[in-house]
Amino acid sequence: MYHSAVWKEPLLIELEETKKEKYAAKAVLPDSLQRKAPLDIPNLDETQVIRHFLRLSQMNYGIESGIYPLGSCTMKYNPKICEDICRWDQFSLLHPYQDETTTQGTLRIMYELEKMLCEITGMDHFTLQPAAGAQGEFTGMLITRTYFEYKKDFNRDEIILPDTSHGTNPASAAMAGYKVIEIPSTKEGTVDLEMLKKVLSNKTACFMLTNPNTLGIFESEIIEIARLVHEAGALLYYDGANMNAIMGKARPGDMGFDIVHLNLHKTFSTPHGGGGPGSGPVGVKEKLGRFLPVPRILKKQNNFCFDYEYPDSIGKIKATYGNSSVILKAYIYILLMGGDGLKETSEIAVLNANYMKKKLVDSALYQLPYRQLRKHEFVISCEQLLSTKGIRALDVAKRLLDYGLHPPTVYFPHIVKEALMIEPTESESKKTLDEYIDTLLRIAQEDSSLVKDAPHNTVVQRIDEIGAVKNPILTWKNIEKLKEINI
Amino acid sequence: MQFIPNSPLKKSMLHELKLLDINDLFSDIPKEIKIENLRLPPSRHQQDVEDHMRQLARQNKSFREMPSFIGGGYKPHYIPAVVKSIISRSEFYTAYTPYQPETSQGFLQAIFEYQSMIAELTGMDVSNASLYDGATAIGEAALMSMRITKKKTFVIPENISWEKKSILTNYTKGAGIKIKEVAYDKKTGKIYLEDLKKTINADTAGFYLENPNFFGVFEDAVEEIHPLLQKNQSLFIVGVDPISLGICKSPGEYGADIVIGEGKSLGNPLDFGGSTLGIFACKNEFLRQIPGRIIGMTKDHQGKRAFCMTMQTREQHIRREKATSNICTNEGLCMLATATYLSWLGGKGLQELCEINFERGQRLRKQISAIPGFSRIFSGIHFNEFVIRCPDAAAVHTNLLRQGTQGGLLLEKWYPKLTNCMLFGVTELHSEESMTRLVSLLKEEC
Repeated sequence: MYHSAVWKEPLLIELEETKKEKYAAKAVLPDSLQRKAPLDIPNLDETQVIRHFLRLSQMNYGIESGIYPLGSCTMKYNPKICEDICRWDQFSLLHPYQDETTTQGTLRIMYELEKMLCEITGMDHFTLQPAAGAQGEFTGMLITRTYFEYKKDFNRDEIILPDTSHGTNPASAAMAGYKVIEIPSTKEGTVDLEMLKKVLSNKTACFMLTNPNTLGIFESEIIEIARLVHEAGALLYYDGANMNAIMGKARPGDMGFDIVHLNLHKTFSTPHGGGGPGSGPVGVKEKLGRFLPVPRILKKQNNFCFDYEYPDSIGKIKATYGNSSVILKAYIYILLMGGDGLKETSEIAVLNANYMKKKLVDSALYQLPYRQLRKHEFVISCEQLLSTKGIRALDVAKRLLDYGLHPPTVYFPHIVKEALMIEPTESESKKTLDEYIDTLLRIAQEDSSLVKDAPHNTVVQRIDEIGAVKNPILTWKNIEKLKEINI
Repeated sequence: MQFIPNSPLKKSMLHELKLLDINDLFSDIPKEIKIENLRLPPSRHQQDVEDHMRQLARQNKSFREMPSFIGGGYKPHYIPAVVKSIISRSEFYTAYTPYQPETSQGFLQAIFEYQSMIAELTGMDVSNASLYDGATAIGEAALMSMRITKKKTFVIPENISWEKKSILTNYTKGAGIKIKEVAYDKKTGKIYLEDLKKTINADTAGFYLENPNFFGVFEDAVEEIHPLLQKNQSLFIVGVDPISLGICKSPGEYGADIVIGEGKSLGNPLDFGGSTLGIFACKNEFLRQIPGRIIGMTKDHQGKRAFCMTMQTREQHIRREKATSNICTNEGLCMLATATYLSWLGGKGLQELCEINFERGQRLRKQISAIPGFSRIFSGIHFNEFVIRCPDAAAVHTNLLRQGTQGGLLLEKWYPKLTNCMLFGVTELHSEESMTRLVSLLKEEC
């Protein structure tokens, strides 16, 4: 069982400086440029630095510490070989602007990865430029905008999305200047076709959808949805955060989606890095290819080059060509898995989720809203625990930490009360799944005060997040405030 | 199948679900769109894939095999082994965004330290927990100035990179922000103050200044810019090369409201332009308008020091379309590398590093511009990048490449007026031999 180390690790600024030489302004530059304020970054010894950060790492949980079933996050094992290779000098010490004849290896990788992603999703063209899923969505929205401007259709300023959508969807649409229309889901937890018909109009630019959706339910009416959206002259956007459910089984391109983004740091096994760097490639159908960001990668005979000659392109979305090390790792992962391995990945990811779901629901301690069959993730509710014992989803999550397990996503999607959103992925063994299930069942039967006060065994206990907002301490400079609140 | 432990248990697990076939789990997918297989090559052994990657790697020429002197914002810097060691701790690199603070205290504290050091370096009160890169940070800063000032014109220098301009346009067109450009002084390479004075007015939401600028030149008239913006109630946004702040005045010292920059140079590899780090810091008064994640220090219910994500009501997972930005995943591991790097260097180390970079920049520029036919085109004092004009830049580039050296960035393609100009960059990582060799190769050109 995972146990966090319990260090009382001071801040760097609180460590004793071992180096005698301090920052001392020296007149190297003209007075108008020269720094006057001393640079108050502590001067430490390498041993102090390494111990400091090593101790911090020992108070942090990663996928290598144990199961990490955050719903919609696809926390799967990250093969070590990918990490090794991306640190080779020929990949990591490559300048983005060096002559293309000296970067043929990486250009080939990018070109081939684009083709692989086209095959996996059923799209015609891909860009690897976006830095994360949300930036992929934003890119998709800019392509949408540019497409309608190109068609001289200036009327379309609305984006429709279901109430189960990820928070980044409406945020990305709004950033691209669109009005956001959210439609409620049906009692089945899927897109309400009647409602969709009602809101679709000649003002609709795009309908954004995740399939399977965030409840883990496959939108079986997808062909009809695509027909309705296209009939209204709008585009259909696929949020690929849940792609781990359907590889080798179905493809967004075949379902009728026009634009797709993928999260390489989810489905394609590149580590999340505690919040990035990620990668959110965007794929489009033929008619939208001309709008993709530049540069595109071209193959000429057996050589690869960047091509900037796309006058209708949206331009640039991120500096250079994307987060290359992430792109490289995803490429290696796909080579390792092959077409057969990716299909197996989705099959077992879905099997694991449905296995967990059944065991938990059969217990009757947790409730399953909406119909039965799920894909790679499922959402259960702690509503009954709340009404009978006063235990909330958050309490269950915190109690899991006492057992050395990472909690699922909580309170999402918003339409499920007291939601626990669980995505085990294909990386976990049956034994691990059983232990997780047993622990969830055990928690539901524990004394409520034990659960409500959890966690008890972690390095810190429940955190005063309201205090953090009321009295923001965001840097060392606020250290005086620390004394005021006595920490 | 590798990495999928339950593959052999498929049948028995299906049995427990009272299912016979794995396809029963996919019965909700309409037949018309079902596929049987992906048309990709079959799975391969790790060793085989490693061999394949080695072959591809041979088609790249790294900095070690081919020294490069390209400027334009990205330059290689020495990365101490400590940084690699810490970011290779899988507790860090395989963690998700720290949504569960009790089991993420280590990363949260590291981010807090990062925020503190960035605030110190830039002279700002607060920093966020990173954006994608320095270029997208300009877009976010423009949107933030609009939210704060309620005005819709954003002013930039003519001489920022074309990539940044394009990104800025994309980030601001949805909000209807108008971008205006200010010319640079053709002699000094600095911002043309008279033009700036004409351009800034009461409608200006903010002005972005890069220091050192795209030509490597320092903007030393900053003291005159701040009052001009203040008078018009416009925000002053400064983009920095963080290494330069080892000896240069921090933007906080000359009145900046928001400081952004590309943090890649602080402990992250060149990585073909990936592994970027968007620095974003500002004054306290704008705290609630910051895009992206912020980590705060607080206490747990027993009064013990603790860290957590804070001010989350600005963010997309709570505010959806009303969020200050759509950003979710940021550049976590790059930020950790930077925190480790800066604490390894210390204030003194950064000062020394900066002095070395400044000295090398001056030395290499003097040596190159002493070659007949090669001339410095901007007189302004510069950092570790500089622009040189030569008789035939394309030919120089090709000849250098043939000799195993990558010269400066060819500017003419993107900036037609800068005919035959190359933007050179040099850092502490370049060996003395490679610099001497560059100069002697260039001498052969004339």
